[in-house]
Amino acid sequence: MSVLAMATEAIELAQDLTPDEAKANAAASGAGMAYGLAAIGPGIGIGYLVGQSVQAMARQPEAASQVQTTMFLGIAFTEALALIGFVVFILLKFV
Amino acid sequence: MFAKLEFPPIENLVEWPAIFFEDAAYEFNKIGLISVLAMVIPAFIFLIAGRDMVPRGVQNLAEMTVQFVERQVMMSAIGPDGRAFLPLLVSLFLFIFFGNIFEVIPTFHMPANARMANPLFLALLTWLVFIGAGLKHHGLGYIKASLFPPGVPKALYLLVTPIEALSTFLLRPFGLAVRLFANMLAGHILLVTFGVLSITVLKSGVLAVVFPLSFGMLVALTGFEIMVSFLQAYIFSLLAAVYIDSSLHPHH
Repeated sequence: MSVLAMATEAIELAQDLTPDEAKANAAASGAGMAYGLAAIGPGIGIGYLVGQSVQAMARQPEAASQVQTTMFLGIAFTEALALIGFVVFILLKFV
Repeated sequence: MFAKLEFPPIENLVEWPAIFFEDAAYEFNKIGLISVLAMVIPAFIFLIAGRDMVPRGVQNLAEMTVQFVERQVMMSAIGPDGRAFLPLLVSLFLFIFFGNIFEVIPTFHMPANARMANPLFLALLTWLVFIGAGLKHHGLGYIKASLFPPGVPKALYLLVTPIEALSTFLLRPFGLAVRLFANMLAGHILLVTFGVLSITVLKSGVLAVVFPLSFGMLVALTGFEIMVSFLQAYIFSLLAAVYIDSSLHPHH
């Protein structure tokens, strides 16, 4: 089945939904979208952050413990954005 | 195609039936039990640890824990004058770690910190402590230093002050609570998903051939969640220490 046919079918299905059901469907697809979008930025950020930290630790192994502490702090701050996206997902899906 | 399994309602991920005192404000359920255990187990470990000069057995464990928090959290974030906060940091670390580790302990399988009440309380406690520490050491100068950071052009304070106020006094406790809560809830959902998937494919005839894959994933994720339990406890106490440090030494 082509994408166009699937989309058409989805619209046809959506037409005989009650407003509440339509709203629940929109919330469910929005929930998936919310988490997916929220994960992009922090994903890039954490990758960059850890990559740079590994480079720093490889260049100066004696500073590894200091770099590691700062790395965990940075990960905690970056990750918070993705986690807020996850909470939005939970709120949209279940509340 | 799929085996007919009785799935519990989705709310059971975060809501548990009461064990006793149902519907009272002090209702006691599984989360309450785990929280009490997370308090009692570390206290018990520290009670039965001896006070010898040469540590043996449990005392090694207790001293290692304190030393870990002292070196990795207190010294790296605050420095020697954070020693007054070491008891708080060790308590935070142990309570969060034992609350989290029940995520992978059979018959419990639920992290106490996947309910917002626990992380929220801990975050508010940290909030009170770091503001209290700032007020105690610098008086009202602490509020001034955190709202009007030095070295900023006068006109920019219009922009900087609201942002600083929001990020210091509102987003810090919010971030602390949400970070712990969402990490533990996500881990719990992940384990539940793969657990349910393993049972379902095992009971659905020919699909049982993928059972080793999903079960292997479950085992690997259990190991991963043990690491996350430890890491979240470490990060929570580290961030608490960083915030306390920013109250004690606000100018750098």
